[in-house]
Amino acid sequence: MDIVVPIKMVPDLVEELEIDSEGRDLDRSSLKLRISEWDEQAVEEALLLRDKHGARVTVIALDTGDVDETLFTCLAKGADRAIKLLGGEAAQGSSRATASVLAKALKGIPHDLVLTGVQAVDDRDGQVAVFLAEALGLPHVSVVSGVEPAGPNAVVARQEYAGGVMAEFEVDLPCVLGIQAAREAPRYAPVSRVRQAMKTLKLEAAAAAAPDAGAGSTVRRLAKPDAGGRAEILEGSPEEVAEKLYAILKGKGLVKS
Amino acid sequence: MSQDVAVVIEHLGGKIADIVFEMLGTGRELATSTGGKLLAVAAGQGLAPLAKELGAADAVLLCQGAGLEPYTPDAHQQALAAVLTARAPRITLVGNTSIGMDLGAGLAAALGWPLVAYCRGARLEGGTLVATSQIYGGKLLAEAAVAGEHAIVSMLAGSSPAEAGRAAGASAVEEIAVPAGGPRRVRFRRLIQPAAGDVDITREGVLVSVGRGLQSKDNLPVVEELARALGGTVSASRPIVDQGWLPKTRQVGKSGMTVKPKLYVAVGISGAPEHLEGMRGAELIVAVNTDANAPIFTVAHYGVVGDLFDVLPPLTEKIKASA
Repeated sequence: MDIVVPIKMVPDLVEELEIDSEGRDLDRSSLKLRISEWDEQAVEEALLLRDKHGARVTVIALDTGDVDETLFTCLAKGADRAIKLLGGEAAQGSSRATASVLAKALKGIPHDLVLTGVQAVDDRDGQVAVFLAEALGLPHVSVVSGVEPAGPNAVVARQEYAGGVMAEFEVDLPCVLGIQAAREAPRYAPVSRVRQAMKTLKLEAAAAAAPDAGAGSTVRRLAKPDAGGRAEILEGSPEEVAEKLYAILKGKGLVKS
Repeated sequence: MSQDVAVVIEHLGGKIADIVFEMLGTGRELATSTGGKLLAVAAGQGLAPLAKELGAADAVLLCQGAGLEPYTPDAHQQALAAVLTARAPRITLVGNTSIGMDLGAGLAAALGWPLVAYCRGARLEGGTLVATSQIYGGKLLAEAAVAGEHAIVSMLAGSSPAEAGRAAGASAVEEIAVPAGGPRRVRFRRLIQPAAGDVDITREGVLVSVGRGLQSKDNLPVVEELARALGGTVSASRPIVDQGWLPKTRQVGKSGMTVKPKLYVAVGISGAPEHLEGMRGAELIVAVNTDANAPIFTVAHYGVVGDLFDVLPPLTEKIKASA
């Protein structure tokens, strides 16, 4: 089975996000990017399937900042192929455009099962997995945690609902699944092994096709939510803060006095 | 093209999802702006009892057939696409739920309409639809102008009060024929109920909930000790459960539990919309986070900007000492 995992780089939310002078986009000059956490889960699910049932795992990404190291990390974790699509800048910032570029690339890459993150922190115009499925004419299921083969031509996918309820679907191959979580926490590739992969393995490169779809909407203002919000911030040393919190909880009858 | 506003009615096991009533409230405001009707659109089977709860809509459009119950992404998408094609509403609202993620982007692609996702609100300015998405884990709001004659907007839970859309009474019900479909490529097998856990966090009066800020499973005792001192239980945000540090039954949020304890202490939780959805109804929310801009502080009543490992131990000691 050929499993293809499209991944994308997104701003690392651990860092402060700055808005550019136009007020419509992030200030990307100092932005630190990382693999989208849901894509990381999709990579893990693909590798788990490969480890258990045998498969070839191909990771593919648009050539955006720091993507090389991320793709080498995927190879170090055990992916069989890593492909970067050059010149896909026009698709950035739109899931629909990204999906259209990926769909064209996948025409030339064997894919029985496509696993990608169910969402990303920046997909304002919707989810890549569903748009990709539609562009390829394939069935899709979103918010999946847990994929198992069901004979040679189908997989079983579990879709999560609220309250811990899940629906189990049998989905014909080829298909696209939007992964919420892998069955196990994503494996770790030590830096030494990533370095080794950088020295001994090669990334494949292909030209990105022009997107034939876009978001259909234009951001006119990007802003932080109302400063301060609702919380009354308690200041002081940890001991002082503990005193204040204790007094609040005591006042509400939430601790014994 | 009409000036109508459609709301996709999500239902599971004969029960309408709460977010539907929120969207009917939002939809009514939009329909007042467009001058069109508010349409409730549902696919499934045996929907007549559900239609009675949709009195907030001007009309209920039902696409019913044996192949539409239970829900599958492809059959429902095809049925709803037929309804939306026939009625061509100006704006269609779907919930940002698991099912809504299938349908929102699926319908947008099938119909060639724009989609704006993770929305907190939508309004008309002149003739232009303006929708505000909450992105980057809830850290930023993006206000976008949407082009074209039709658009799909996926709404976050908790964006508007559900009371606005709750009305019994007789809306006009119209049946729409199920479109002929090919073989189904997604087949429902079964529904899996959550395994009973050691505790039911929805029944706890005090929850100390922990997130990514915990850093390591070995640090759990810091949180457990505060929970014990408060007579409560430890719950968690998604990453802690995905790491396997706590069982799924302890998860608060979109795909976990919705909790409304007397006290919810969120430590090391940034407060992505998926988490806030599950705990914003708590009576008293206290948040501890190193990031002063963490969205959790927008719903908390009291906040401490600091490291949970500095803040929690003295608080635990103080509570223990006075017990």
